[in-house]
Amino acid sequence: MGGDAAAVEVRDVVVRYGETTAVDGVSLSLPRGRVLALLGHNGAGKTSLLQICEGFRRPDDGRARVLGLDPVGDHDELMPRLGIMLQSGGVYPWATAGEILRLFASFAAHPLDTDMLLDRLGLRRFERTRFRRLSGGEQQRLSLAVALVGRPELVFLDEPTAGMDTEARHTTWQLIEELRADGVSVLLTTHLLDEAERLADDVVIMRSGTVAATGTPAELTSAAAIDVLEVRADPGLDLTGLRAGRTVAEPTPGQYTISGSLDTAGLAEVLAWFATAGADVTAINTRRRTLEDVYLSLTATPTPVGATK
Amino acid sequence: MIAMSLSRGHVELLQFVRDRTAVVFTFFFPALLLLLFGTIFGSESTDSGVAVSRIFTASMIAYGILNTAFVTMGSGLAMDREDGTLKRLRGTPMPATAYLIGKGLLVFALSLAEVAFLILMGVLVFDMPLPPAGHWVTFAWIFVLSVVACSLLGIAVSGLVKNARNAGAILNVPVVALQFVSGVFIHPMSQLPDWLEKVASIFPVRWMAQGFRYVFLPDEAKVTEIGGAWNLGTVAVVLGVWCVIGLVLCLVTFRWSGRDK
Repeated sequence: MGGDAAAVEVRDVVVRYGETTAVDGVSLSLPRGRVLALLGHNGAGKTSLLQICEGFRRPDDGRARVLGLDPVGDHDELMPRLGIMLQSGGVYPWATAGEILRLFASFAAHPLDTDMLLDRLGLRRFERTRFRRLSGGEQQRLSLAVALVGRPELVFLDEPTAGMDTEARHTTWQLIEELRADGVSVLLTTHLLDEAERLADDVVIMRSGTVAATGTPAELTSAAAIDVLEVRADPGLDLTGLRAGRTVAEPTPGQYTISGSLDTAGLAEVLAWFATAGADVTAINTRRRTLEDVYLSLTATPTPVGATK
Repeated sequence: MIAMSLSRGHVELLQFVRDRTAVVFTFFFPALLLLLFGTIFGSESTDSGVAVSRIFTASMIAYGILNTAFVTMGSGLAMDREDGTLKRLRGTPMPATAYLIGKGLLVFALSLAEVAFLILMGVLVFDMPLPPAGHWVTFAWIFVLSVVACSLLGIAVSGLVKNARNAGAILNVPVVALQFVSGVFIHPMSQLPDWLEKVASIFPVRWMAQGFRYVFLPDEAKVTEIGGAWNLGTVAVVLGVWCVIGLVLCLVTFRWSGRDK
């Protein structure tokens, strides 16, 4: 059953902890075989939303379906098909990395080869190291291995690369890309923009428990096409004629920044103006909005008191 | 299912053995008490002519099981619940029963080791003779019923513990109180006020201790028991009933995570 259903379908989900509302009416959908990144500050409600999908608690309102099933009611049917990577905790501190991975492998019907996973995640030399002696990044990699060992169809990764060094982060990204190539659906939370930009097919930006924006990274960043045009030309030009409908500045002599309507016609107009002014243009550079610009503009506004957890 | 339970039990056991503080506290504490009590009162004899140290050894086996089954199980579960171990396991195909059987294996192994250690001390330090072969059968069923009942009650009580760091202290309150009123620390129980004797008889500890005294003491020692008999039938019934009560409480109160997580 549920073969055609979306990997994750969340409708108007509300999560409350006593007086505080951590998730306030969030809806999102993750089609099969895609990667969705939940982006947001700490306390934006990402982990709470993930907990609903993982079936660790029921939503206080709204509903969630995972692979077409109820994460709480169909727990036993769902678990063999999911891989869950928690942020922290819950690993026997005195057990070694190898023992822990083999323990979780023993829960799966057709587990991956644990040796292969240890190699892939660079954990081979820690096989006999006790969990409590591993660094944060190493623990994190083991936690990822634990989530993947059961050959899941859908994985939930809560800040998968937190605490990892650059190399481990890139290995992890590669691994997630391979999962996607194998048709595995991925729902991950992160506050790293480059991570979201590189991995995600879809991004949902959360703020104070609500969805602030949603779309592909390209959609989110290209809404304004070219955002800024930088032109290097003779210093001290009279910019009055250029200002119609545009913001123009000369922050350093000879370096002009123009923003405003910069579609193809707009660009031609700007360059024609420089030509008419008899200026010698030596360099032009266009800047598009990055996911970071979008993210910051959406999340930087002060949040209402009491709205976050 | 069996494989999952076994691998869980394996990791539990490794985990326990490597945590030396836990080993020392759960394991050597009853032995230390036995050594102290046995040495202080050891030379005295009871009305039946049996050395007090031998009576202590037999009764202390009940305490040993309480410690390894009830306290270890209860605090272990509270800890697993608080640090997210249970939650992480909940996010796998592993069923709850495999978790509990894994813990159960740990508790059985510990209890067996604890009891062997106490018996060994009784034999080596207090000259307690080993019981006749037939008594070991009785020992086996009392041991199994005791461990099962105490473990199940430990699981049930762990649900009441809000902060795992306090688990050991909370769980030890009933344990210590029951030692005093159940004929473990103070024997014979006839020294207790009548009503207290009746209250204590509701709980399993009295019957565990009485059963183990039957196993390890000569038959004439029964004069110091209430009613002057071993009452093994009642031992079986009371422990059996507590197993059922424990199981029901577990099923009703079991939670995978802390309250507000």
